[in-house]
Amino acid sequence: MSDANWADLSNQAIGAAGVVYFLALIAHLVEWSALRTVPVKAAARVAVPAGTGTPPTDETAAETDASDESTRFRIDMFGRLALMLTVIACAAHFVALLGRGMAADPNRVPWGNMYEFTVSGSFVVVVGYLLLRKRFGLAWMGPIVTSLVLVLLMVAVLWLYSPVEPLTEALNSPWLVIHVMSAIIATGAFTLGGITSALYLVRARAEKRGEATRGYIARLPSLTVLDRVSYRIHAFAFPVWTFAVLISGPIWAHQAWSTYWNWDPKEVCAFITWVVYAAYLHARATAGWRGRNAAILALVGVATLWFNFIGINYFSTTSQHSYASGAPAVSLRDR
Amino acid sequence: MTWADRSGQEERRAGELTAWELVRWAWRQLTSMRTALILLLLLALGAIPGSVIPQRGVDALKTQNWQDAHQTLTPIYERLGLFSVYHSPWFAAIYLLLMVSLVGCIVPRLFVYWRGYRQQPPAAPRNLTRLPDHAAYTTDEEPHVVLERAARHLSRGHRLATGDGWVAAERGQLREAGNLLFHLSVLIVLVGFGIGSLFGYKGGVILVVGNGFSNSLTQYDDFDPGALFSADKMEPFCFTVHDFGVQWIDSGPRQGMARGFQAPLTYRESCQGDRSTWSPEKSYDLRVNHPLTIGGTQVFLIGHGYAPVITVRDGQGHKLYDGPTVFLPQSANFESFGVVKAPGRTAGHDIALEGLFYPTFALINGDPVNVMGDDRNPTLSMLAYTGDLGLSSGVPQSVYTLDKSGLTRLDKPDGKMFRVDLQVGQTVQLPDGQGSVTFDGVRHWTRLQISRTPDVWLTLLGVCLALLGLLGSLFIRPRRVWVRARRSDGTTLVEVAALDRSGGGDLAPVLSSVVDSLQQARKGDSAPAEDVRRTEEETRA
Repeated sequence: MSDANWADLSNQAIGAAGVVYFLALIAHLVEWSALRTVPVKAAARVAVPAGTGTPPTDETAAETDASDESTRFRIDMFGRLALMLTVIACAAHFVALLGRGMAADPNRVPWGNMYEFTVSGSFVVVVGYLLLRKRFGLAWMGPIVTSLVLVLLMVAVLWLYSPVEPLTEALNSPWLVIHVMSAIIATGAFTLGGITSALYLVRARAEKRGEATRGYIARLPSLTVLDRVSYRIHAFAFPVWTFAVLISGPIWAHQAWSTYWNWDPKEVCAFITWVVYAAYLHARATAGWRGRNAAILALVGVATLWFNFIGINYFSTTSQHSYASGAPAVSLRDR
Repeated sequence: MTWADRSGQEERRAGELTAWELVRWAWRQLTSMRTALILLLLLALGAIPGSVIPQRGVDALKTQNWQDAHQTLTPIYERLGLFSVYHSPWFAAIYLLLMVSLVGCIVPRLFVYWRGYRQQPPAAPRNLTRLPDHAAYTTDEEPHVVLERAARHLSRGHRLATGDGWVAAERGQLREAGNLLFHLSVLIVLVGFGIGSLFGYKGGVILVVGNGFSNSLTQYDDFDPGALFSADKMEPFCFTVHDFGVQWIDSGPRQGMARGFQAPLTYRESCQGDRSTWSPEKSYDLRVNHPLTIGGTQVFLIGHGYAPVITVRDGQGHKLYDGPTVFLPQSANFESFGVVKAPGRTAGHDIALEGLFYPTFALINGDPVNVMGDDRNPTLSMLAYTGDLGLSSGVPQSVYTLDKSGLTRLDKPDGKMFRVDLQVGQTVQLPDGQGSVTFDGVRHWTRLQISRTPDVWLTLLGVCLALLGLLGSLFIRPRRVWVRARRSDGTTLVEVAALDRSGGGDLAPVLSSVVDSLQQARKGDSAPAEDVRRTEEETRA
């Protein structure tokens, strides 16, 4: 296949992935709307796989009338359908990334600009969700992940798209693979952790008002489990982020720009994100900061993370990381 | 990642401390932990202006432009030190306080950890069912049989202690070690960072291809030394850039983009004293991302541009100026701006040129356009001035700007603007017989950054150790498991409880694995015991 073919394939695959994510979202919505008619206790077994902390109940034989049976069947079927569609969309998403890499001459990793970084980052979100789904019982996250990824892909295609280009000279380094890949993985994981933290806050609020008995919120795992899941995701993401921002980044900066720490806006913002997440981990061990405040810190962290990624590239003119516009191949810092 | 987690709390039991000590200790723990957290957040908050407002140390030109554009805000920002946030006293106050808090927390904890490491795991609490995670079952085995089996099972990866009717096991003590390592490494990083920025320097030089450079202060165009830098620490190397190569992309979406920058050079590690004592010559292909390391100093290729070779003669034909003149690129396509200052043979007869260099010139609809960065049709288009350049006044001038106060622009005899429009090899006569300008050719220049960061390995070692400690403190699960067995009414009641000290663990699987292994060994021995296992996950806050 020629480079142009690969580029076309990538564009088609990203479109296909978007459509299938949308179908998966619809399937999830059908699943969850069907769940509304089932009492929470009974539904817990169906919608939320074991391990989420919802205590196993011994009322299997309780409700078995005909309408209930068909509802349960529908919930089951659409839940599985949504999962299958998500997997298919994820595969198309992967093809899109592969195509971007193969279309460039010479072939390269598919994260050379904002569009590619967004597509890669959202891919990590989906893969992380699919991998942890079983282990942490993240089925309830399905509708949120699919809609978030759908939005991210739309943003990428509509606003950030740029045709396949060879790398600018400064990016042409093995550290592009190491540094940016770790940044992407950490970004994806922090985003997942942000989702669980946000839901923690939503559920905590609903519980406080005594509204946590109906609908989607009631089917979320308990606060303890939400807190633990988000801690584990953050505990994974934080060392990866540390590696990306404070080890591989400075090493590369030392090679390319002569100083390992330049106080470049992107570096500073990444450092702020690091400090906020360090504070999150601290807060979990500090009396009075556990739970709600820690979750708020995690959300602040996600906000700085995404501001750093999108905001800095557009608002800051001094950043050497400004790949959004066609910067000179070799930056000139002259007077 | 805890500054001072609750580890101490559980190791001490009531009665070991006096009330006052306990209060003081609790207070110190509480405040330092919270202070540390708040200082961390302040640090993040304090760093924000630096990422939004242009910083003088990062880009002086951008900062100047920003200041010119925001006349009202500038004095306020200036007072607050927002143009060099990372050198401002308030930012220093935050990180110094954070360091004090860190040291104040870590040092005592080092001793606590040192003393606690060899201690036996604490005895089993009397009532294991009071712990949030516990399980129990009954069996007809003798208690000591069960306890022996428990000790055997738990001896893997745990430190054990046994007592009358109980077994205690503890694991994951390295978590605290990782935690301490992380915080100590932060100090190492700061020391390394401090040494690097105090004793190091960085400087830039624009070097026309073919010219040499020797490492001394006078050779630099700009020089940014650390506070404790001394010039005699500079390594006495020298080098000559022989060529500059660049590949221009002729087709595809990135048409006109450049890549593959190369500056082959030869260097000597020492050029001190007599030529015979110089060290042997070596060669290196300097490229982006591939700096040249000479001793502890590194040379980086960070920019390039064009230096048109221009000759200026006066009305009598005397050569006033000749040689390559560095023009600074104005945009990504290397349309460049430059100035030629040719002092005249008599005062007041200086000749000056100011204008643009087009690497690939084209006229499109009558407008001069630079097509791309490669020098395929190099063209000069400059205005000429005569008069007094002001060079004799002794005031230092930038070579890239022209002080026009003593100069008059040369116009055509009919009053229209006169332009020096030249292609390579051409000569133009200035009006009124003032002289001539010749465009002899084009040479490349490279912009090199030369920097020395002493003990950079210390910083790197620090971050790597920090990461290692971080991994330990996040993924090692400190855990205590207790088993109690006692005989009553002809059966043995076995109680198992576990405690996770990291706050992130899920103990249900741990408990069930312990209970399973205790029961498994006697499978087939007798009828399965009644299982009254229970976890109270939900009750844990």
